Amino acid sequence: MAAVSVAATAPSARGARSRRRPSVWAVFWLVLGALYFLVPLYSVAQFSLEVGPGRYGFHWYAQIFADPQFSSSFLLSLRLALETMAISMVLMVPTVYWVHLKIPRLRPTMDMIAILPFVVPPVALVVGLSGVFDVFPALLSSSQILALMYVILALPFTYRSLDAGMRAIDVKTLTEAAQSVGSSWWRTLLFVIVPNVRSAMLGAMFLTLAIVMGEYTISSLLLYNTFAVYIYYIGNTEAYQAAALAIISFLLTWVAMGGIFLVSRFTGGRQQVQIGATR
Amino acid sequence: MAALELRGVRKQFGEVVALRGLSLEVASGELVSLLGPSGCGKTTALRIIAGFEHPDGGELLVEGRDVTRIPANRRNMGMVFQAYSLFPNMTARENVEFGLKVRGQDRARRQRRADELLELVGLGGRAGRYPNELSGGQQQRVALARALAIEPAVLLLDEPLSALDAKVRLQLRQEIRDLQKRLGTTTVYVTHDQEEALSISDRVAVMSEGVLEQVGRPAEIYRDPRTPFVAEFVGTMNRLEGKLAGPTSVLVGEAGVPLTVQAGHERAPGEAVLVLIRPESIAVEEAASAAEVDSARARGSLGGRVLAFTFLGPVTRLVLDTDLGPLVADVPSIQALTYASGTLVSLRVDPAGTHLLGAG
Ligand SMILES: Nc1ncnc2c1ncn2[C@@H]1O[C@H](COP(=O)(O)OP(=O)(O)OP(=O)(O)O)[C@@H](O)[C@H]1O
Ligand SMILES: [Mg+2]
Repeated sequence: MAAVSVAATAPSARGARSRRRPSVWAVFWLVLGALYFLVPLYSVAQFSLEVGPGRYGFHWYAQIFADPQFSSSFLLSLRLALETMAISMVLMVPTVYWVHLKIPRLRPTMDMIAILPFVVPPVALVVGLSGVFDVFPALLSSSQILALMYVILALPFTYRSLDAGMRAIDVKTLTEAAQSVGSSWWRTLLFVIVPNVRSAMLGAMFLTLAIVMGEYTISSLLLYNTFAVYIYYIGNTEAYQAAALAIISFLLTWVAMGGIFLVSRFTGGRQQVQIGATR
Repeated sequence: MAALELRGVRKQFGEVVALRGLSLEVASGELVSLLGPSGCGKTTALRIIAGFEHPDGGELLVEGRDVTRIPANRRNMGMVFQAYSLFPNMTARENVEFGLKVRGQDRARRQRRADELLELVGLGGRAGRYPNELSGGQQQRVALARALAIEPAVLLLDEPLSALDAKVRLQLRQEIRDLQKRLGTTTVYVTHDQEEALSISDRVAVMSEGVLEQVGRPAEIYRDPRTPFVAEFVGTMNRLEGKLAGPTSVLVGEAGVPLTVQAGHERAPGEAVLVLIRPESIAVEEAASAAEVDSARARGSLGGRVLAFTFLGPVTRLVLDTDLGPLVADVPSIQALTYASGTLVSLRVDPAGTHLLGAG
């Protein structure tokens, strides 16, 4: 992406100087920023390991892992996250591609639409969408409906990420080049466009994962025991276990992200981070 | 039968009329350039041929078959764009192979073909490179190989050299021409650079504001421009207004300075005409004094004074204030060494280098 390569080259030119003599203030702000994240994490971790006065161990962790609700809620959220990602990508990649290619003047409108989920409160979303999905009663009574709602919740992130990715490549020229040698729309999308917006898709998927794993309002309103609902419940009832759970969820989220990254790496071929430089 | 034929092609974007009835025939194996200033509709014409735009009127025939309604990906036309058209996620070889893969060729065969083509465009050793590891010129070579790999019915190039620096541009345009001749590929080449068009084309089609002004062999276009626009656009041209006095005599300007022109035009005495003169058709001689200029006048030459000069390598371009008005003349640089602004000169216009157009 252009943005990536700019960000990557600009500091390295300047970085040459700061590597020789790192400014005191640069280090100060870096440390301050790191502390802002690490101190709470450290305190939570310490608290979660406290078994008694001055004694430490994995007691609370063991309890969490023994709780069947932990794995069921985590797996439910993970499944929903994967479904949400799949639906989002299948819907949004062709849509954003088409808008860039055929109706670029619609982009400002799309920007507006994509922001709507931010503005509409989740409660309103649930009420409104339940009405819409009423047409398919089977859906309403299954947890699948959450995935459909999460697609909408993740829309701003998915859209923005894909939009930036498509903007970084010359969608029109690449498409026409592919067509001129005989490629159909679908082949062009799958073999020319998608591989070149892979990092944007990956970014969108990470954000979707984070959103779905942490989504509380909608799932609790619809009475599903998702991971966030479970965390909330534990947090209100068991202080030590809640701390252990926070650390576990932190690690699990990272593992999940690493998983997506690895899958995409081994299926996607070569990552082009320097597209910006060839333009 | 023409390999490619445009019949009265029209195209309008909102208020802007890009093409107002374009008709052109390209013979099999021929390279025709579309030449014209920015915004005259060259790209639009090429994109209509490629199938990326649909004409509002007229038709497009390939080998006599109407393809106006056939989508771009089934027209079998290779296209080379200005720049940045290679698939960034594929190596040079994969880029060239892409069109063959689409056609379902087996791997071994298409790789062999891709390597052959990369060899042809002089990139034999760089098949495994990604586009961002290639220079601009190399990228355009790959793009050319990719377009040729599908053995296109027509090869289309839209200013393929405009993003490259001058030296590479000269070299690559010759390579494109050599390859095109060798493979006998029917080609339409868009450029706004008249030198480029004149040097590589079988025929040049000069366009202005959505119409064809003139189509002809490069020498024809250069020596015998049919409209003032073509005369002005192709090369540098002096333009004098005058009135025909006899078969080979024109009285130029208000003052009616006599000038001998080439015979063989079909205009009647008394007619208002435009006299076109190439800078290289004016012979200039330095004069030591005003008296010397006068005696040259007596011998049938014209008088003048150097206003400015530009060194162009082998020749120097002079801007002169002459009896006929301001003129631009090219003289051998060796001769121009002693010239300064204000130098007095006598000059002669070669009648064979003049060209008459009706004024209007
Ligand atoms: N997609 C479009 N929408 C609106 N107007 C267009 C579009 N494409 C071209 N035009 C207009 O049509 C006219 C011809 O454009 P075209 O791109 O064919 O010119 P060109 O001869 O290729 O110029 P250049 O040498 O600058 O590339 C111009 O006035 C241009 O503004
Ligand atoms: Mg153009």
